[in-house]
Amino acid sequence: MLRPRIIPSLLYHDKGLVKTVNFKSPKYVGDPINAVRIFNEKQVDELAFFDIDATVLGKEPDYALIEKLANQSRMPLCYGGGVKTKEQAQRIFGLGIEKIALSSAIIQNSKLVTEIAERVGSQSVIVVLDVKKKVFGGYELYTHNGKKATGINPLKLAAEMQQLGAGEIIINSIDQDGSMKGYDMSLIEKVAGVTSLPLTVLGGAGSLQDIENVIEKHGVIGVAAGSLFVFKGPYKAVLINYPSQTEKNKIFKVDNNEN
Amino acid sequence: MITLIDYGVGNIFAFQNVYKRLDIPTKIAKTSSDLEGAEKLILPGVGAFDYAMQQLNASGMRDKLDELVLDKKIPVIGICVGMQMMGNKSEEGREEGLKWMDAEIKRFDESLINQRTKLPHMGWNDVVPVRNHPLFSRLEHNAIFYFLHSYFFKCNDHSNTIAVSDYGLQFTSAANVDNIYGIQFHPEKSHQYGEILLDNFAKI
Repeated sequence: MLRPRIIPSLLYHDKGLVKTVNFKSPKYVGDPINAVRIFNEKQVDELAFFDIDATVLGKEPDYALIEKLANQSRMPLCYGGGVKTKEQAQRIFGLGIEKIALSSAIIQNSKLVTEIAERVGSQSVIVVLDVKKKVFGGYELYTHNGKKATGINPLKLAAEMQQLGAGEIIINSIDQDGSMKGYDMSLIEKVAGVTSLPLTVLGGAGSLQDIENVIEKHGVIGVAAGSLFVFKGPYKAVLINYPSQTEKNKIFKVDNNEN
Repeated sequence: MITLIDYGVGNIFAFQNVYKRLDIPTKIAKTSSDLEGAEKLILPGVGAFDYAMQQLNASGMRDKLDELVLDKKIPVIGICVGMQMMGNKSEEGREEGLKWMDAEIKRFDESLINQRTKLPHMGWNDVVPVRNHPLFSRLEHNAIFYFLHSYFFKCNDHSNTIAVSDYGLQFTSAANVDNIYGIQFHPEKSHQYGEILLDNFAKI
């Protein structure tokens, strides 16, 4: 049985890992390489790593860092941040990354998705959509860490990305980010309705129950979380954590004898 | 000594790291002379079939690889697209495969996949050996591996299949003919299961 994926999402800012709330007030949570090592030990399904400085500062991806991450990682790794060309994507794949996440670059040039997919295969091209609720209903796509409103309807874009050859959509709710109050279930439902691509949802997880709620409703889906896997307790002490295989099997409703 | 074929496609370092932990020496081959004296080969691969074939053909290693695999019969394992390249042809592209195993590479039939998400087949799935095989020693029960692909390896001779997985249909997730092995999943990204499998390959 193909299982849903539970994915820690790590944000890289100013040479360290941070966690934000509504894409703001980054709080330092640790060293990236160390975090990858701990997640290896915890046998994580997949890891997502976003350099949230690269695009905003107009920088190239930090290849030396990406190489170190890829070398350490014993699980599939998705990298996002500052990727604008197929040459950059190719170089990052060469360093041992399985998936590349694109965001702001596709707003300027949606063909980039197709170009990169032709090189590395659709399965490795991920489109990340950072979305925010509009005051009078509906959702709007944002880039540059939630600072730039684009006027684009993320649902329309998600459907278009499938046509262009994307292999997965990550939908990230700016409103829920860091809130730990649960996922925006209606947003997930809407995106799931417009694409048959693998979907990963991010933003709002505060407990394993929140994750279970998504899986119960959507079956095989990627469920990503930031705060949940780096904080512990009501005072948000930094402590990397992740469900055990037994806890995951319970969430996935897989018989423990089976796995 | 395991030789990792580096033709610019695929994840060489991840394999190196697994073998480092297992204390098994590796070597990277970028040219035909690097392949000289190789005892065991890994052909990794990610991405599009045609691009991978073109890169391998342009690497200057093709003839030497054919000689090592087909004449000298040293063990070789293809991973993901690396496995698919060992077949005859792929529906994904126009390039010819290596034809080391008699297989066609087919696209999954989306109409058989009974869930919202269709392709790619992405994530952790069961890999079930169909018979006792040294590659799956200690992995006979309950092994799960990470998959990321939209095309699968269809053996023309069913007896070449050594493990199967299920995605809409039952497909070959591992195959073997003589000294030639192929696996569709990514052992280098499959935690302890992958480590055991790569250890098994090293001991074959």
